[in-house]
Amino acid sequence: MYQYNDADRRLVSERVAQFKGQTERYLAGRLNENEFRQYRLRNGLYEQRHAPMLRVAIPYGVLSSGQLRALAYIAREYDKGYAHFTTRQNIQFNWPRIEQVPDILQTLANVDMHAIQTSGNVVRNITTDHLAGVAADEVVDPRPYCEILRQWSTLHPEFNWLPRKFKIAISGAREDRAAIRLHDIGLQMIRNESGRVGFRVYVGGGLGRTPMIGKLLTSFLGEHDLLSYVEAILRVYNLNGRRDNLYKARIKILVDALGVDQFRQQVEEEWRQIKDGELRLERSRIDGMKIHFMSPQHGAPKSGIARVQLTRNNNPVFNAWYEHNTVAHKRVGYRIVTISLKAPTGAPGDLTADQMDAVAQLADQYSGGELRVSHEQNLVLADVMQADLIELWRALRAYGLAAANIGTLGDMICCPGLDYCAQAHAGTVDIAQQINARFKNVDTLHALGNIRLNISGCINSCGHHHVGDIGILGVRKQDKPWYQIMLGGSIGADVVLGKRLGPAVSEEAIVDIVERITQIYLEYRDEGESFARTIRRIGIRLFKEKVYEDHTK
Amino acid sequence: MKIIQNRQILENDLWQHDNGDANLPSGPVFISLTRWRAQREALLPYVRQGWLGIRLEAEDDVSRIAGVLGIFPAIALVFSVFTEGRGYSQARLLRKRYGYQGQIRATGDIRRDQLAFLERVGVDTVELAEDQDVESSLGAYGDISVQYQPASSQSDQACSHVAHLQNTKHPTVHL
Repeated sequence: MYQYNDADRRLVSERVAQFKGQTERYLAGRLNENEFRQYRLRNGLYEQRHAPMLRVAIPYGVLSSGQLRALAYIAREYDKGYAHFTTRQNIQFNWPRIEQVPDILQTLANVDMHAIQTSGNVVRNITTDHLAGVAADEVVDPRPYCEILRQWSTLHPEFNWLPRKFKIAISGAREDRAAIRLHDIGLQMIRNESGRVGFRVYVGGGLGRTPMIGKLLTSFLGEHDLLSYVEAILRVYNLNGRRDNLYKARIKILVDALGVDQFRQQVEEEWRQIKDGELRLERSRIDGMKIHFMSPQHGAPKSGIARVQLTRNNNPVFNAWYEHNTVAHKRVGYRIVTISLKAPTGAPGDLTADQMDAVAQLADQYSGGELRVSHEQNLVLADVMQADLIELWRALRAYGLAAANIGTLGDMICCPGLDYCAQAHAGTVDIAQQINARFKNVDTLHALGNIRLNISGCINSCGHHHVGDIGILGVRKQDKPWYQIMLGGSIGADVVLGKRLGPAVSEEAIVDIVERITQIYLEYRDEGESFARTIRRIGIRLFKEKVYEDHTK
Repeated sequence: MKIIQNRQILENDLWQHDNGDANLPSGPVFISLTRWRAQREALLPYVRQGWLGIRLEAEDDVSRIAGVLGIFPAIALVFSVFTEGRGYSQARLLRKRYGYQGQIRATGDIRRDQLAFLERVGVDTVELAEDQDVESSLGAYGDISVQYQPASSQSDQACSHVAHLQNTKHPTVHL
């Protein structure tokens, strides 16, 4: 992963001092609420429902074991002993005290971490595929480009006061695991006919109140032009994005208003002026960055595959974990392991300080001291030798991190909801737990196959409910939580927004309805057909009829 | 008026802002783009004396005056609220796209913590908001010495490291 140099460290450290100064002025009454708010957001600090919330950046989801240990320390010293991983590969602490945040940031700075630009109307964390660098279907490793973009976007003097937040995602594989077309800028890494590396550039994607799928801006942008092109987009957005209405200020609104062709024209006019200037990426810069992300030296993997096979045959619990929570690595003898943060009785995406320390140890022991955060709110050990899988599995089990539910209904994407978030209309974590309780029979869960259940507590859709196979949106009616259901959303090759199933249902009914939906699927599916495929084949009308005919409000 | 120019407190600022009177005050004065367009000929005496500055609102398109920049020894950019971001792009374009070498002044709701980024996009003069303390605001320039983006400010200030240039040494690869 990227190794900080002295300048990187100095920047982070100076930023901590700057924010410390701003905090002191605020607490002394020399900086008003309104102004301090803008500076604290740009340092990741929210005022939330019950307490301030600190969102720490995990750049493109890559984390070292040392950093994870520091996060555990922070969870213990400054928080209530746990933290939450988000759908943008960041981590959130729910209970810091404002006056202690500069100290927390200093602790982070000591391990080359920060909370810079994780909120506010700025370029946010660049996100990517959690299997970057190891996936079998990789075209180009996106991580060096993520880091280049991260640096370019950090404390960029021109783009600190954008009309609204700005999210960029990069995918380097054939399957898009980064949902790039749901971002303000989505970058798909490709090679053209001559083998040159470049990007397909999408713009104006996003969920929330006005969900939109990103539109193609250019079908090939050479890698050397990455920064100048993105800068051109940002400049056009900075100058022309709406600033009169918070809900109409994202770039997707601008692209939609101008039409993508007009928008492209403006971007390319700007880009023509700067493309061959100082933002042009030199070969040496790109290659120099790639060195940070070289694969760890893989010796011949220890023999042990036979033992794994044997254990799979004899131990159905291990086998279920192997099948659901591990996938093929591009190198023989290795396996990619997902650590499930979806313990059925826990809060999806949460990890305790003890678990963090345990996972850091496992990362050191089994995966070169590195981990990734997936946007599905799980952790990934990307370089595990097959021979080590059994020991790793046992250790994960001991810490409640081996639920064999990755990719299943139990692997829910779930925002923090009413328990934590001032924006939420409804609880989400309790719904997730109730659904898990209903589906506690692991065989039933597995029989349902791949189902992506996404739960958002409000229309801001941090839980990505628009693109779940099943999406649940918390709403408020008569001052009580109700739940809107959507079906048939998808990301990956084809981004499709789910369709509303019908009127919102009560919190008493939602679990029954989710179960009913799965029953209908089982009844109507073809042999071996996935949930997503069945919905595509038969449409949602049948689901609508059967769900609402049974359902009494 | 609390004014900082090239990181120093400016005591004797000569520039005034047009307040809409039919007659402009004597001396250097910023007028609006609208007034410039309407009264071009009539303003020639001011132009000849080097007294005509232009004040751009955030929604004004800088390219519209690109051809006549040489007339204005100073350009003021209005920030109606400190969260207004368009002025930063306007300044950047004036300096880098159109090669403007005169004074670029930020005016309006400018506070201490905007100073550093304003300088980096090419603003050399700042009218701070009324409630700001000018002396202590100067400290803002020293907050962050590292820059990841190429510099474009006019002032030749120290300590502007472009971090990536230091990455030429290959890092230790962790095995």
